[in-house]
Amino acid sequence: MIDQSPAIILLAPFLLAILLALLGIKREWLCFPLVITGLAISVAASVVTLMRVIDEGTIQYLFGGWEPPFGINLRVDGLNALVALAVSTVSLLTAIYSKRAVPAETSDKVSQFYTLYLLSVTGLLGIVLTGDAFNLYVLIEISALTSYALIGMGSKRATLAAYKYLIMGTIGASFYLLGVGYLYIKTGSLNMYDIQEQIVANDLLGSPTILVAFILIMVGVWIKMAFFPLHAWLPNSYTFGPSTTSTLLGPLVTKVMIYVMIRMILTVFSPEFAFDQLDWSNIIVWMSVIAILAASISALAQTSLQKMLAFLIIAEVGYMVGGVWLADEMGIVGSIYHIIADAFMTLCVFLFAGIIFTKTGRRDLSAMEGLFTKMPLTMVGFLVGAFSLIGIPPTAGFFSKWYLIQGGISSGHYEYVAALLISSLINAVLFFRIIEIAYFGTKPAEGHGHHHEEERKDGPTEASFSMLFPLLITAALLIGIGLYNQEVVAIITDFVSQFNIGATIL
Amino acid sequence: MELLEALSAKFNYWIYVIIMMIGLYAMISKNNLVKKLIGMSIFQTAIILFYVSIGVKEGDTIPILYHDQVHPSHGDSHHEADTGHGEDHHPSHEEIVANLHIEPDDFANPLPHVLMLTAIVVGVATLGVGLALTQKIYRDFGSIEENEILESIKSAK
Amino acid sequence: MPSSITSFTPVLASLVSLLAVLPIVLLGKKPNLREGATFLAAFIKFGLVVSMLPTILAGSTIEFTVWEIVPNLAIAFRVDGLGMLFGLVASSLWIVTSLYSIGYMRGLKEHSQTRFFTFFAISLSATIGVAFAANLFTLYLFYEMLSLATYPLVTHHQDKEARTGGRTYLTYLLSTSIGFVLPALIFVYVKTGSSMEFSSSGFLSGHITASEALILLLLFTFGFAKSGLMPFHSWLPGAMVAPTPVSALLHAVAVVKVGVFCILRVFTGVFGTDYLQDLDIATVVAWIAAFTIVVSSLIALTQDNLKRRLAFSTVGQLSYIILGAALLSDRAVTGSMTHIAMHAVGKITLFMCAGAIFVATGKKYISQMDGLGRKMPITFAAFSIGALSVIGLPPTGGLISKFYLVTGAMDAGQSALLLIFLISTILNAAYLLPIGYRAFFPKDPELAKQPFSWKTTEEANWQCITPLSITAVLAIILFIKPQFLLQLAGLMVGANG
Repeated sequence: MIDQSPAIILLAPFLLAILLALLGIKREWLCFPLVITGLAISVAASVVTLMRVIDEGTIQYLFGGWEPPFGINLRVDGLNALVALAVSTVSLLTAIYSKRAVPAETSDKVSQFYTLYLLSVTGLLGIVLTGDAFNLYVLIEISALTSYALIGMGSKRATLAAYKYLIMGTIGASFYLLGVGYLYIKTGSLNMYDIQEQIVANDLLGSPTILVAFILIMVGVWIKMAFFPLHAWLPNSYTFGPSTTSTLLGPLVTKVMIYVMIRMILTVFSPEFAFDQLDWSNIIVWMSVIAILAASISALAQTSLQKMLAFLIIAEVGYMVGGVWLADEMGIVGSIYHIIADAFMTLCVFLFAGIIFTKTGRRDLSAMEGLFTKMPLTMVGFLVGAFSLIGIPPTAGFFSKWYLIQGGISSGHYEYVAALLISSLINAVLFFRIIEIAYFGTKPAEGHGHHHEEERKDGPTEASFSMLFPLLITAALLIGIGLYNQEVVAIITDFVSQFNIGATIL
Repeated sequence: MELLEALSAKFNYWIYVIIMMIGLYAMISKNNLVKKLIGMSIFQTAIILFYVSIGVKEGDTIPILYHDQVHPSHGDSHHEADTGHGEDHHPSHEEIVANLHIEPDDFANPLPHVLMLTAIVVGVATLGVGLALTQKIYRDFGSIEENEILESIKSAK
Repeated sequence: MPSSITSFTPVLASLVSLLAVLPIVLLGKKPNLREGATFLAAFIKFGLVVSMLPTILAGSTIEFTVWEIVPNLAIAFRVDGLGMLFGLVASSLWIVTSLYSIGYMRGLKEHSQTRFFTFFAISLSATIGVAFAANLFTLYLFYEMLSLATYPLVTHHQDKEARTGGRTYLTYLLSTSIGFVLPALIFVYVKTGSSMEFSSSGFLSGHITASEALILLLLFTFGFAKSGLMPFHSWLPGAMVAPTPVSALLHAVAVVKVGVFCILRVFTGVFGTDYLQDLDIATVVAWIAAFTIVVSSLIALTQDNLKRRLAFSTVGQLSYIILGAALLSDRAVTGSMTHIAMHAVGKITLFMCAGAIFVATGKKYISQMDGLGRKMPITFAAFSIGALSVIGLPPTGGLISKFYLVTGAMDAGQSALLLIFLISTILNAAYLLPIGYRAFFPKDPELAKQPFSWKTTEEANWQCITPLSITAVLAIILFIKPQFLLQLAGLMVGANG
């Protein structure tokens, strides 16, 4: 069983999706338990896999017993073990949240929603775990198609947003596919690790085909991760869809795509190619600086909470793309750590947004008036997420900024450092605006203490347990990942150091 | 001269590039949602053509083995044996493979074909989802022209 | 090399008030018990700090590493002369202020008192954390914690003014700490690869170039905006929307002192006075501080709102401390450190008097306070003593620190700055003395004719009067017996020299 653990991560949600599809329509009460079971198994398998990777190093799982490069394999090393764990945990927490949200927002399609939910998670996990480039395309499309549908289940505007996402997402995935095609022409292989061996063996680093393949793959992945200016599909999709969808997709999809970019750079094309051969670092770092600033400033202009958060996601993508392209070991470590930290930070604030929407039915910022007294626990959870996005210790967000800034300074890209700091300050403004609204409320306080009892009675009450529990767990995780960042970073550094990045540049 | 050479030697790539651009153009600039989806299909078809075309070799044939090629020594007698007489000798897989005398160069590369079967399925599924979304948009907004839909959103605000 | 002892006491000293939060919250409905929890925590904290005093005076340090949180960087505590000095000031004055807070909050029947006392306790935890931080990282951690923990205190009244004041407060503090200190911090970490522990001769020399040093120095100096150095001082008068106990402790003692303390630490422990002298870059800071002193004193003259006048006075006084640090000579640095204590005691007296006046009479403006001395003799007597300490006149402790600052300036060869000291002393007197004088000897003959008798006084309640009297007396005591303060400062300077 232990040997099967990488496959179980994928198969548990997949098989349970099928089960759900068959049984769930008639017996709606079964949906929630099945979802939780599937995802819980997946989380457990991810933990086991991570332990195995720490012990044994990279592990492989061969589907059907076919050896690569002929067979499709799952290849799990330090990088994707961590990301897989993050993805499955986020999915599980969102699923717990969805217990009330899904019946409330998509009441007539509960079982269909959950089926798609599980399939989407399967797709995302598959992207993270697979070792085959074409298989990656298929899984990208699986997760994409299910997300289009998940988003489309929302309000009127959601359908249009889902449609636009479909168009743009297909362009992105198709570019990726094209890139893989070029790689196949030159290397004759589809297995990620094998492709690199072929490139090295046949001395293809300077080949224009490989260059075109790289460009196509990069652009494709950039579209799918909403790297500015290819981000147009994201804000509307994550604002108008059902809150569960945004809570699932927001933290995960873009981060998984960044993982794909890192995987392509490190494992498929090799850092020598991406950083030495191409020497694009400066341009792409500047692009990410613009991405970070443009997205942060756009976030300032929003009046809807979820749209603001959507733009923050785009800014965070800028952090990570810039961090990778600094071509500095610390920068890449910081980006990978940020994938995990950001998944949970984004989850935290999206859970909060979902709770607010459920309790007040409103999406605008002023819905949060006076919430510190009415929903104290929810606000505490939100505060942790907000502090993490601003970068206040000891939350995880502070440490990922720490490592990214370290990478920026040691690679001499001070513009990147400046962009990070400015966006931290903009985030501070964004979140303190909300904190202010929540703290001050509508009525100026009188001189007597007992007024607060009266205020409690009208307006929203504290969130229900199924929504509050994941929020507080996420907040705790954010602090835990922050305090224990050394352990996580050790795993990441182990993985990254094998590539000797920066040694060749200096 | 060189340009002509380049064009004719790699004409398959040029064709697919042109088709891809047509599809891309449709996706981006057309207003009608269904036309955009058609553009998307065209776009994906171009990629499929590209993949298939890279598997082609000079003077090759389709990558399917005929019965004769798999069981060369048996010929007609094997056909009759198949109709019910329990032959006592069914060659094992390893034996068949060992006895195969085929040149890989004679056949087009089957791997891209297989990959594209998957891609075609993905394309069909995407098209399906796209059309379903278009239908829902039509139900909600009463139009499948993008500019009209955006107008109605603005006026509804 | 001073010997060091490992002990959990410094950590405990910081944690005590954090632990007190739980009982404070739980006892929210029972005010006397709740305040009892605050007092208990304050006394324990003070006791813990004092318990470490003998060890420090003997020349050792006390250390404790809590957690290595980033490779080679730990959250660690270390108590030395400077830390002990600040720790004593903060913890002792918390006791006094707690009593005062009770009087003030109950006198005005303020709302949300539980929240008030909770965040007060958390702020003190952060303050002691800064005092006993062993390295730059821990210092930064607690610095940020303090900014956040004091926000609910500053905005306590939750009205429109509080909102604006709170916004100014956070904007200035967070943008400077995240925008200046954090990159400087990480830059130091990257360039030195060290644990960033404060050492007696700094640890930067040899790792960075001279121009980098100058940039870093400026980043740190302006980054610790709690020190009120211009032009990042505007949060201080803005924060006066807070209830007076908050203003008293936090802005006369804890928050602002944290700011200058951090600057002192960076100058002596990160750069090292020798290194700064070699590079000769500290003069820039000295002149900025001098500018701040003069300009803030001039602005103070124009303020009619008592608390605002005191706020601008604080800005100026803080820059004395920065100036002393920037002068780099032994006596200047000593004067700087001693002034932390002297100013704290003097200023807190002044603020508590301002609050007492408001509680008793509802008056906020100096122009309203003519002749009030007859009605509130104790308050205004204490006020006058506090004023003397801030101006730097005998028989108050302020004279001692000013003496060292002035002689330190002469040691450093910066005689031009003596002029600044003289001008600012005159200005200080100009904006502080008249308040007390006119309270007792009003111009208006009508008011002057009122007879004085102890029976007709209208002082604020005893919980307000007692603390301000204690601190006023303390100001005088520190004049008579400043030795232990000088000793503590000497430990830091001696190691440097």
